[in-house]
Amino acid sequence: MRDFTQELLELIRLTSTDLPNQVEERLKTALASEELGSAAHAALETILKNVTMTRKNSTPICQDTGTPIFFVSAPTSIDKDELTVQIRGAIELATQKSYLRPNAVHSITGKNSGNNLGDAYFPTIHFQPSANDELSVDLILKGGGCENVGAQYSLPNDELKAGRDLEGVRRAALDAVYRAQGEGCAPGFLGIAIGGDRGTGYAASKEVLMRDPDDHNRDAELDQLENRITTEANELGIGPMGFGGKATVLGTKIISSYRLPASFFVTISYMCWAFRHHKMIVKGEAIDYE
Amino acid sequence: MEKHLNIPISADEIRDLKVGESVLLSGIMITGRDAVHKWIHDTFIDKTKPATQEDLDTLSQLKPILDGGLIYHCGPVVSGLETKQYRFVAAGPTTSIREEPYQGDVIHFLNLRGVIGKGGMGPKTLKACHDAPAVYFHAIGGAAALIAESVTEVIGVHKLEFGIPEAIWVIKVKDLPVIVTMDSHNASLHTSVRDQSKSILNRLIEG
Ligand code: SF4
Repeated sequence: MRDFTQELLELIRLTSTDLPNQVEERLKTALASEELGSAAHAALETILKNVTMTRKNSTPICQDTGTPIFFVSAPTSIDKDELTVQIRGAIELATQKSYLRPNAVHSITGKNSGNNLGDAYFPTIHFQPSANDELSVDLILKGGGCENVGAQYSLPNDELKAGRDLEGVRRAALDAVYRAQGEGCAPGFLGIAIGGDRGTGYAASKEVLMRDPDDHNRDAELDQLENRITTEANELGIGPMGFGGKATVLGTKIISSYRLPASFFVTISYMCWAFRHHKMIVKGEAIDYE
Repeated sequence: MEKHLNIPISADEIRDLKVGESVLLSGIMITGRDAVHKWIHDTFIDKTKPATQEDLDTLSQLKPILDGGLIYHCGPVVSGLETKQYRFVAAGPTTSIREEPYQGDVIHFLNLRGVIGKGGMGPKTLKACHDAPAVYFHAIGGAAALIAESVTEVIGVHKLEFGIPEAIWVIKVKDLPVIVTMDSHNASLHTSVRDQSKSILNRLIEG
């Protein structure tokens, strides 16, 4: 199998240092919506300056380079074990080059591994079979601040009067945004998974963030709910960094999956403004980055 | 619009600041997070740990910098460790609330005019801000590169044995961008935003 280590290294560099244009555009729109001279306006201005600077200097957008989460879609010709070794090798190289901060800490001893490699969960690598003969590797870097404000609700929830329906999902999502305040480095993005179990719910709530920020949900009802949650979350007035303001949530994506008759989980992953996501596509000899 | 403030900052300049104001800070400050606050508190305020000569020397070097000065809650990424030609590579704020048990006492003891961090602090610190007077400056989470650029010089380092992120770095900054989120008039933007968003949440959920 071909060695993709250098190409994967480039994917990591790009993801850590170059904020996707669509995210930057949303931050610019958010800036325009905030009042000149307000704290929210100043925060977004600082954020956007930082984005331009790190892209130019090829340095990390945020010092917390997060958990590297890979979603690989691979044709049968790809040896998964070998690709895993290459991904881990690229992570180590990227850490040496300071594209990533050493971020893997042993939970019992508190020792930092120094090279960003932990056990099989760090970095996180999800595999799925590819429908064609293309290999695609999505990478998301998810920081600790926003990961800490993620939440999972088991419906029905008395306090929110949230039942096992889409109205219940809306209530849970808004409550999660309220609880997060600015601590997940707002304005952020919401990935929401309806159903699954506690484990698959969290995985799906991250995977759904890979969708194109500008796309629409194929399910008309969920599409409507996505827009409604974004709009109402912004009405909360939490604003950038929790300083108060109009921009709290820049986008919402929802996925639903099967559940047990006894369970109804709503899982919300919060992604900070530093929504670092890029994709590498290998088609024959050609390699593209998105 | 943006206010420029030079460190040391006067009590009057601090009383003029209101929550929500943007400020560009210039001058000399130190970084300090958990280990530093605990060290100052245990050694010099509570005196549960006897002060060594080295502790006393360090304190006497820091005192003039901190009189009317600021502590930045920051665990920087620093380059040039081998050559001691230190440079800040990334210098975003860290979560401040962990210093809540110590912060008020430390503000009074060192005559600080404020602290810089992220996420805001609690009632003890807000009271100290009122009495001192001092303010809480909020730096922008994630804007690590931009903030590192505003650090024009690393003047020195104390207590390197605490580790790089926890050590006391004496730095010179030019136009470090921050927002006042707790002022010396008992106002906290964090509390007011939380309260307001709570009542809107109730309306959105009940309505
Ligand atoms: S939440 Fe995001 S922007 Fe904020 S510190 Fe963490 S990684 Fe950086």
